Amino acid sequence: MDNQHLIPIHHICTHYHAEISFFNALQDYGLLEFTEREEDKYITEDQIKDIEQMIHLHYDLDINIEGIDAIRHLIYRINNMHEKITELKKRLSRYE
Amino acid sequence: MDYIDYYKILGIDKNASEADIKKAYRKLARQYHPDLNPNNDEAKKKFQQINEANEVLSDPEKRKKYDQYGKDWAHAEAYENAKAQQQSRSYQSGQGASQFEGFGNDDYDFSDFFSSMFGGQSSGSRTKSRFRGQDINATSTLNLEEAYKTHQQVFSVNGKNIRITIPAGVENGQAIKLKGHGGEGINGGPAGDLYITFNIQNNTSFKRDGNDLYKDVELPLYKAVLGGEQIIDTLDGKVKLKIAPDTQSGTKVKLKGKGFPVYKEDGKFGDLFITYQIKIPTHLSDKEKELFSELSKLRPNG
Repeated sequence: MDNQHLIPIHHICTHYHAEISFFNALQDYGLLEFTEREEDKYITEDQIKDIEQMIHLHYDLDINIEGIDAIRHLIYRINNMHEKITELKKRLSRYE
Repeated sequence: MDYIDYYKILGIDKNASEADIKKAYRKLARQYHPDLNPNNDEAKKKFQQINEANEVLSDPEKRKKYDQYGKDWAHAEAYENAKAQQQSRSYQSGQGASQFEGFGNDDYDFSDFFSSMFGGQSSGSRTKSRFRGQDINATSTLNLEEAYKTHQQVFSVNGKNIRITIPAGVENGQAIKLKGHGGEGINGGPAGDLYITFNIQNNTSFKRDGNDLYKDVELPLYKAVLGGEQIIDTLDGKVKLKIAPDTQSGTKVKLKGKGFPVYKEDGKFGDLFITYQIKIPTHLSDKEKELFSELSKLRPNG
């Protein structure tokens, strides 16, 4: 992986005023995967959107890691349902 | 510009403690937070109001000012204007001290009411700042003929013009993501993405289902009975079809490869399904009526 797309986790901690323990807990729950280089932990640019969402849930809304896990699972299902509804609407328009 | 009752928005009374405000905000934010309500503009709007109410009521100074002026907020505006010159210096230094934009300020605009009373200043202290740039959502309306062909469109995003190639076969409601064309990242963070959702309007006689097109074609009675040729329109031009004798109303014909282009698969097309509708002649002349009567005698049961 190209190093320029890797962001050191300590940089993320500083920016968001978040503790490393929060990110470690996300990793333990399988919600975040670090990229390790010479004992340092990094995340990729593509992961930031998800990480920001989890930071908002935890720090703004006081939701614990178990809650974040459940919410993300439900959001995934909602998004799938949205796609299905869009698809069905398209097919329905043929008969309207 | 209307007065906004922030207490009502958070569902609390005017004597609410800081803890009550925090509790009410968190409860409503959990209900309407955009991260918990994907693709829901109504929830986003509601969250903006909740966020703004919290921004004012959770900050003792802002709350005091809001309570003091209440419904006479317009006087507050005049009062602020009078003090504007004096305050501008301190506002600027306040901004400089914070290197990150507040979450609320970053993603959600405050109302005119808020800006008028507080000068659009967010404390930014409570919420977490963004690092990655904001995603930008845009909608583009195309008609079916435009979606049929690969073409370019220019979008104006953040004051810059971006020329985008829209591949043929794009679906109604489909979103394409342009990585890095969203808002700029903060403090070295990556830029957000630009999502363009296509709204495809169909004013043609074709109905679209994925890559296939459907069309009803009227067939003159005599052509249906005796057979012949019929010219029909496709999105690709006119085609001549052979009509077999005894063609019935509702007969379907599949024209392979005359449907819609398959998205991002060059040269691949869906099919066009034609359904014939037999057109019964009206306003018959006496001579025609006479001939139909003759025919009916030959086949009394049709």
